[in-house]
Amino acid sequence: MNIIQNLPILIVIVPLITSFCMPIIGLFRRRYCFYLTLITNFLILIFAMLLLNYVINQGEIHYYLGNWEPPYGIEYVIDHLSAFMIILISFIAFIMTIYSKEDVENELPTNAPLFYTLFMLLTASLLGIVSTGDLFNLYVFLEIASLSAYTLVAVGKKKDALIGSFNYLIMGTLGACFILIGIGFLYLVTGSLNMADIALRLPSLYNSHVVHAAAIFFVVGLSIKIALFPLHVWLPDAHAHAPSTISVFLSGLVLKVGAYAMIRILFDIFTVEFFVNTLPIAEVLSWMAAIAIIAGSINAIAQKDIKRMLAYSSVSQMGYIALGIGLANAPSIIGSLLHILNHAFMKGCLFSAAGAIIHKYKIRNVHQFKGLGKKMPYTMAAFSIAAISMVGAPPFGAFFSKLFLALGAIESGKWIFALIILISSLLNAAYFFSILERAYFTKLHDEKIEEAPISMILPTFILAMGCIAFGVFMFILEPFLRDIATSLL
Amino acid sequence: MKMDMLSIRPVLAVLVSLMAAILIVVFRKYKNIREFLTISASIIKFIIISSMLPYILAGNTLYYELFQILPGISVAFRVDALGILFGILASFLWILTSIYSIGYMRSLNEHSQTRYYAFFALALSSAIGVAFSATLLTLFIFYETLTLSTYPLVVHKETPKARSAGRRYLIYTLSGSVVLLFAIILSYSIAGTLDFVNGGFLPKDTSITNLQILFVMFIIGFGVKSAFMPLHSWLPSAMIAPTPVSALLHAVAVVKSGIFGVIRVIYFVFGSELLLDMGLGTVLAYFVSFTIIVASLFALVQDNLKRRLAYSTISQLSYIALGVALLNHNGLVGGVLHFVYHALMKITLFFCAGAIYVVTRKENISELNGIGRKMPITMSMFFIAVLGMCGFPPTCGFISKWYLLLGTVNAEQLPLAIVLLISTLLNVAYFFPIVFRAFFKGSKTRFKFKEAPLFMLVPLILTGFLSLILGIFPDMVFQLAERIEGG
Repeated sequence: MNIIQNLPILIVIVPLITSFCMPIIGLFRRRYCFYLTLITNFLILIFAMLLLNYVINQGEIHYYLGNWEPPYGIEYVIDHLSAFMIILISFIAFIMTIYSKEDVENELPTNAPLFYTLFMLLTASLLGIVSTGDLFNLYVFLEIASLSAYTLVAVGKKKDALIGSFNYLIMGTLGACFILIGIGFLYLVTGSLNMADIALRLPSLYNSHVVHAAAIFFVVGLSIKIALFPLHVWLPDAHAHAPSTISVFLSGLVLKVGAYAMIRILFDIFTVEFFVNTLPIAEVLSWMAAIAIIAGSINAIAQKDIKRMLAYSSVSQMGYIALGIGLANAPSIIGSLLHILNHAFMKGCLFSAAGAIIHKYKIRNVHQFKGLGKKMPYTMAAFSIAAISMVGAPPFGAFFSKLFLALGAIESGKWIFALIILISSLLNAAYFFSILERAYFTKLHDEKIEEAPISMILPTFILAMGCIAFGVFMFILEPFLRDIATSLL
Repeated sequence: MKMDMLSIRPVLAVLVSLMAAILIVVFRKYKNIREFLTISASIIKFIIISSMLPYILAGNTLYYELFQILPGISVAFRVDALGILFGILASFLWILTSIYSIGYMRSLNEHSQTRYYAFFALALSSAIGVAFSATLLTLFIFYETLTLSTYPLVVHKETPKARSAGRRYLIYTLSGSVVLLFAIILSYSIAGTLDFVNGGFLPKDTSITNLQILFVMFIIGFGVKSAFMPLHSWLPSAMIAPTPVSALLHAVAVVKSGIFGVIRVIYFVFGSELLLDMGLGTVLAYFVSFTIIVASLFALVQDNLKRRLAYSTISQLSYIALGVALLNHNGLVGGVLHFVYHALMKITLFFCAGAIYVVTRKENISELNGIGRKMPITMSMFFIAVLGMCGFPPTCGFISKWYLLLGTVNAEQLPLAIVLLISTLLNVAYFFPIVFRAFFKGSKTRFKFKEAPLFMLVPLILTGFLSLILGIFPDMVFQLAERIEGG
């Protein structure tokens, strides 16, 4: 019992300490870094499961850091939404640790300790963001996550990686500034940094211009973090040039945690009433998201580099999630949350499959994918599952998230968004099927099977299985997500 | 007494071929086991589906709900008269097609046979799923998986031409699905439910404009697979697929699932009353009668045998839609009978085309001089099917056309009756020259008798005779067709 009450902080502290130990371990044996990361991430996964189990059965956990009662001290709150994000982060982190072994040896042989240090730091900060109940603490973790992400992009071998990382740094810092200003404004008028406390004090201040400004700063700042079109320009370079493990992390988790922060701030600190009626934030957000969905897909069609294509596709997919937030009703929130989960798995699977292909054949251009389905049957099978799921074909996961989003759009009377969601599926189909067609339906002279190492295929496959499972067993997830949605609204 | 009985059999029927698909991939190295799996799966599937028949004939339905997504939206199966008709048809023809496939694929020494068998099994799972769906969403899910599982079969040849056919197939069907899903979501927002109800689930007080838009979207959505003109052009180009695929999927499973959707929409989503009030049935009837005539004209000028058959399919599918759109009893019975009979006749024709290709490697009609003397059994079956297509008694095509004609008369739409008659003439015009060429043209020298392997010959004889027998003893199909409206 006691252990479970302390888990909210343990799940952040353990990876943080591991991260600090990593350079020292790396001094002795470079190989040990991997094993340490693996063990830690496994431990975190167990923590996450315990937390999820507790939250579902017993309700929220509140943990006061240093036993300072809120609003004076920092509070950690694990509710359903946090538990959902924690299990997602820890699962993907664990899976990607397995994947990273070959990837790191191949892409950054000398920098392994540095890589794993930052990797654990990133995991720790992502977990911190989703478990904290303190606004400033959230900002701090968001910055740690961003800083480690900038560096992880930059460890790539090529010069492009540096440029990508620099762009990311500039845009990310701008976003962070906006968020910080938003927090400052809220602190100014409410005198508190505890989320629940601010939420209590805000309703009487809804006419204050400072609060309005704060809300807008939050939305713009977080829109940069989640790469909402047209604030996405940093994303393709950063995601394309990072090591594959990190591409998965950036697309699958870092963006999602930004979306989490947006949901937390808009729904929990502000209220739906405020950002739908007092300010037209919801309206603007939905339209930007709709443009992002279409523009991201069109950009993706134009790409030749597989990782850039997937990166642009992320821009489009983040549009779905933002659209769900903007529509702000029960089905659309469920859709958003479901898409956070599905997209993490799908894009994770696609990036890791792309990583495996690059690892084995050193090809990035999709035009060179001819016959790959016969040369790498397992990798491409996983890739196809995720790709078809991306297109939104039933019974894969993304079909249901898109269905819920479309139902949400209809429920709020904006059928145009439902139409955009459906049409964008066609655009997705355009770029994914052109890859599948090349990979499977071209004749080759030599059809020798040469697969990527098992440590890369296995994680890719587990992620692909997730794409199927979240579709077929959606009915198990749905009540849980519905609970979250009702608690947010 | 009508009963809605809980039964897991519809789920099993869907799962059998799904499991088969997995096992086929697992045993990809062993040709005989793989093909044994295909055939045994098809037989088990047929047995499971047939075992449900007595319940349906007794007037009951079988129901199984998998899960609920939202109130009013669930993924569930219900076997009713219409569903079991499609189910039995597809699963029975799958047995024959599996046997035929073995002969065809082995004779031609085709590549990637495992992929072929696996996706074939998947496609059948989806088709049965479509047949047994209890809600629009369930139907949509299987409709989509059907699209995706047939794509690899269309592209099977892996030539640039096959790839472009595959692309066209996907563009048409996926665009159709988008419209369809949008229509489904709109109907949910109007009615708050998606469960099929005999007589329609859309509330009668919905505004007329909304209903009209909805109906048009449904028809576009299902119209792609039903190959209504101008949404048809994927079908002739999909003929690049191996012949068993064209036979079972592009004459039975895929295109019929489109028509099946149309029937569901007309009788179980809107209901005939609502459509009669709005006069939309007649509009649809005239819309598809355009397809009936124009597709037949297109068929006249095709030299490639399979393409001619494809245009004939396009025209015949619209017969079914016409009958259903008439919104009266005879029209519906005629449509449903044609649903079954056309499948039998067209699959025979495709089987023959495949047999000809395997024996002679000829695909064009202009090269078929004297083929009837070389392959008398195949071409006789071809002739029987042709007679059916043209509606000569006592073949089964006559009965369905008779009911369709009665339907048009009951609906007091004389122009539609004329359309049916003209198209019959056109059928004669594009089918008889083939038969004539096969038996009476070409040099008088003796041809060496050479038929396709038995694996191919037996199925095509069976379907050929079946289309004759069901014309003489149409009881069984009748009973089911009668039950659709009465249920």
